[in-house]
Amino acid sequence: MSRESKERDLARSLIVTAGGGPSTSERWSHRHRSVPRQVVDWIRTSGWKHAVLVLFGLIMIYPLFWMLTRSFITNTDIFNPDAEGGLTFENYLTGWSALGIPFGRFLMNSMIVALACIVGNLISCTLAAYAFARLKFRLRGPMFAMMLATIMLPFHVTIVPQYIIFNQLGWVNTYIPLILPKFLAVEAFFVFLLVQFIRGLPTTLDDAAALDGCGPFRTFWSVILPLCKPAIGVTAIFTFIWTWNDFFTPLLYINSPEKYTVPMGLNMFQDSTGLSNYGALFAMSILSLVPVFFVFLFAQRTLVQGIATTGIK
Amino acid sequence: MNMAVSVDAMRPAARSVRGHRTRIAYLFLLPWIAGVLLVTMLPLLASLYLSFTSYRLGGTATWSGLDNYARMLNDPTFLASAAVTAKYVFISVPLQLAFALLIAVVLNKGVRGLPIYRSVYYLPSLLGGSVAVAVLWRRLFASDGLLPEFLGRFGIEMGSWVSDPDHALTTLMILNVWTFGSPMVIFLAGLRQIPEELLEAAKIDGAGRIRSFVSVTIPLLSPVIFFNLILQLIGAFQAFTPAYIISSGTGGPANSTLFYTLYLFRSGFQNFEMGYASALAWVLFVVIGIFTAINFVASRYWVHYEN
Repeated sequence: MSRESKERDLARSLIVTAGGGPSTSERWSHRHRSVPRQVVDWIRTSGWKHAVLVLFGLIMIYPLFWMLTRSFITNTDIFNPDAEGGLTFENYLTGWSALGIPFGRFLMNSMIVALACIVGNLISCTLAAYAFARLKFRLRGPMFAMMLATIMLPFHVTIVPQYIIFNQLGWVNTYIPLILPKFLAVEAFFVFLLVQFIRGLPTTLDDAAALDGCGPFRTFWSVILPLCKPAIGVTAIFTFIWTWNDFFTPLLYINSPEKYTVPMGLNMFQDSTGLSNYGALFAMSILSLVPVFFVFLFAQRTLVQGIATTGIK
Repeated sequence: MNMAVSVDAMRPAARSVRGHRTRIAYLFLLPWIAGVLLVTMLPLLASLYLSFTSYRLGGTATWSGLDNYARMLNDPTFLASAAVTAKYVFISVPLQLAFALLIAVVLNKGVRGLPIYRSVYYLPSLLGGSVAVAVLWRRLFASDGLLPEFLGRFGIEMGSWVSDPDHALTTLMILNVWTFGSPMVIFLAGLRQIPEELLEAAKIDGAGRIRSFVSVTIPLLSPVIFFNLILQLIGAFQAFTPAYIISSGTGGPANSTLFYTLYLFRSGFQNFEMGYASALAWVLFVVIGIFTAINFVASRYWVHYEN
């Protein structure tokens, strides 16, 4: 312990005793309090806080829990709180095949799109981020500023011409408009996130790699990328969740039901049968949330760190 | 003379090294450059041009000057949608941030089980934009949904908020407040940066909890508050999915959930008036830009940056 901190501690303890801190006898009794007394004290000091936090958490989560439980109740009784009768998979069975196209098809489509988007984002964003973080080149400043500016750009301002272009190319009703932008690092969030991460890595690693005869590509591939795993994880997870939940882009580009992604499938469900068969709609909604929920469950630490450092949703 | 010669002799070599480096960097940046030029900048400028034309998909764009912009001023649906979005943004974002800050402050004081609370409160942020949650929300506030059923047990008649023009937007605002988890996590990270000494010094100086929160925590946290505010404002202006699902794409009842983005979608991709839709998009772009700029200017007066 350094001298300064010792002095600070001394000063602090002086202030505390001067301000009427616990006397020696009080402290002694504190140590020997009975167990029930400790519980009472715990409730008095932080118990109310936990009670409020737990109650609040339950209120927040209850709607999701409600949808989950109702999805196992027959459609006739689904909104009858006093209904008798056990749980059933009926809604899942009818929902799976209610649209003529099995719901699994939508899940499959969404999975294909999401995986392709992850691959695209990982390739294009890591390449760009490495250049911005480590390489020197002409127009680096203006290009970096432009990258930051595109983060703020509302995507609505580009969708009309994008649609016209993709339509001209005959790509409407294919997955290309959903996937291609990811291979071109259009989601600049991730470029920025990876730049920040790479900047935090010691440059001595790059120097050592250069001494060993590595060019920029080799350094990128063998030195930087393996160290970027946490940031790459955040990029992959958020790309998955965002593309999985994305409703607007497929709504614009995908017309034929057999190519629908999950959000489009649910929307079609709601439009056609949903309002008469809420049980099946709830069941399929739950199914659509399961992948996101599992990603959340297994990657929450990475997610929380990712949001804390970059501020993405 | 000698010096000048040697510098001149070096120059081409130095230039070629720099040129080589630039070429390599541009190889890394190739996808991003293609994306910025073809997927962002070209459409951005094209939509600016289209906003001054009358253009329907498949037809030809004819220059119409400021007609699209003039039309907005006399378009009651446009005005209604702008009002709906403004109400949504300026009521739900401050509420959401207040919640996020409140919970973050409570969680910050060494609460046991912090990771569990944080995860539970954060979960809605991940799901909030999905169609499934919008489906659920529609049902929560329907006449035989969870909330009316619950309140009915206490003899409170609620009716269906989703089909009531006075309350439909409220359900969407509640949905936005429900996703307070992501700003909360950012607040928590910010709160952790506040040095304990300062709070203790305030305590020693006789400041109570509220006083030290207002005079120490808030100023030190102000950059984070500012950051969250900008982020959530931009996000809320662009909200689309919940309104679309709750109203089956109509923005009803009586245009009460007709978000600006929903009207834009309808103009461009249901009525195929792409010139008008481009003008709508540019107005949104400019409005978001103005609000961001106002925030940046105002931040000089209330955001406290150390050093």
